[in-house]
Amino acid sequence: MKPTISLSASDLAIAAVLILLDGALSVALGLGLHRQLAVAAARMVLQLLLIGVVLRSVFALASPPVTLLVILVMVGIAAREVAVRPEQRLRRYGNYMVGASAVAAATLLTSILALTTALRPSPWYDARYAIPLAGIVLGNVLNAASLALDALLGTVVRERAAIEAQLALGATIGAAMRRLVRAAIRRGLLPIVNQMSAAGVVTLPGIMTGQILAGLDPMEAVKYQILLMFLLAGGSGLGAVAAVLLAARRLTDARQRLRLDRLV
Amino acid sequence: MTPRLRLAGLRSAIAGPFDLAVAPGECVAVTGPSGSGKSLLLRLIADLDPGKGEAYLDGMPRASVPAPAWRRRVAYAAAEPGWWDERVAAHFPDLAAAKALAGTLGLAPALLDGPVLRLSTGERQRLALVRTLLMDPAVLLLDEPTAALDAASVGLAETVIRERLAAGVAAVLVTHDTALAARLGQARFTMRERRLVPA
Repeated sequence: MKPTISLSASDLAIAAVLILLDGALSVALGLGLHRQLAVAAARMVLQLLLIGVVLRSVFALASPPVTLLVILVMVGIAAREVAVRPEQRLRRYGNYMVGASAVAAATLLTSILALTTALRPSPWYDARYAIPLAGIVLGNVLNAASLALDALLGTVVRERAAIEAQLALGATIGAAMRRLVRAAIRRGLLPIVNQMSAAGVVTLPGIMTGQILAGLDPMEAVKYQILLMFLLAGGSGLGAVAAVLLAARRLTDARQRLRLDRLV
Repeated sequence: MTPRLRLAGLRSAIAGPFDLAVAPGECVAVTGPSGSGKSLLLRLIADLDPGKGEAYLDGMPRASVPAPAWRRRVAYAAAEPGWWDERVAAHFPDLAAAKALAGTLGLAPALLDGPVLRLSTGERQRLALVRTLLMDPAVLLLDEPTAALDAASVGLAETVIRERLAAGVAAVLVTHDTALAARLGQARFTMRERRLVPA
């Protein structure tokens, strides 16, 4: 591996001029974005520095319970994001339950599969691999699950008459909701499908770019990226399906009614 | 004789309790101001809204059959029918039978080959009645089945409903049309504050 080009604080400061440029544009064009932009940029820097410090000490600790704890905190934050995205909320913290179950199941399954088969660090739960991997899978699962959940909860309200018309004609709730469930899962999977189609042609994926910049051979970086894309696609699929099916189950009852009263 | 449909203390959190017996071939007409709970009654009978109490079809308790089977026998036609496909034809498993029945309601059979978007409110209402009748239910729960129809179409719909009643179907008819209620309803009720009161 070639030696990495190490970045100094002044290198970053020069790049930060671009944020100032954005701010100037916002003022000049009356976009009203400069405040948000400044807050977001500051948050990004602080959050990343913080996670850098945390990761450094967690890697040094090399303690499985601490690794698991860090991943669970990440899962919790992602679950909250999934829960708050839709305009509609399922009662009794339904969105949170759905979000947490979907995100946790999809992320853990996909990450553990990768760690125990393709990557195989030793031990397989080595924090240096487990945490970044869970993180990137989590980001995609979060995206897929929140889009899918939002699509389902949004359409189920709009399509109430259509669903109940089918129920009144003797359809099972599964049949009556099939279209919506399919459309919602498809919505959740669109980003990863786009990402895979565009990879390498329209965009160089961030991870791969990072690895190449850090000095890794492009072919090695590409192989990593392919593995990651498969993981992300699998995680997205599991996350979207779990979020939609769990939410759909909460919208019905033993008598196969459409229970929109469970939405607030 | 066992009533075709019997309600025993059927109630939801916001309507009822309802006690009612409808004999085979009988039509019970329910009138009352908007928001008095007429649609809630029908939804409750069709098991579309959660509630307590029991409903019986020919003496068989509702709880003893799966909900979809109950709804096929005790069929609810909503005042504003829903459509789940752009094509009208997709809503009818037996298109030929649907066209024939649509004809008796004064609808051009060609309507069934077109898109739902092109249908008028009155056409939608009658086509919704067609798809409900084609299930051959034992009980009809009709919510304003003629609200959007002209006088001639009301007459045709009435004839079709009468044929079903003559065949032993029981009906609960919710309507604003007091004349229709008087013509079709052997028993008449008014919904007042979400309770049934004999009219």
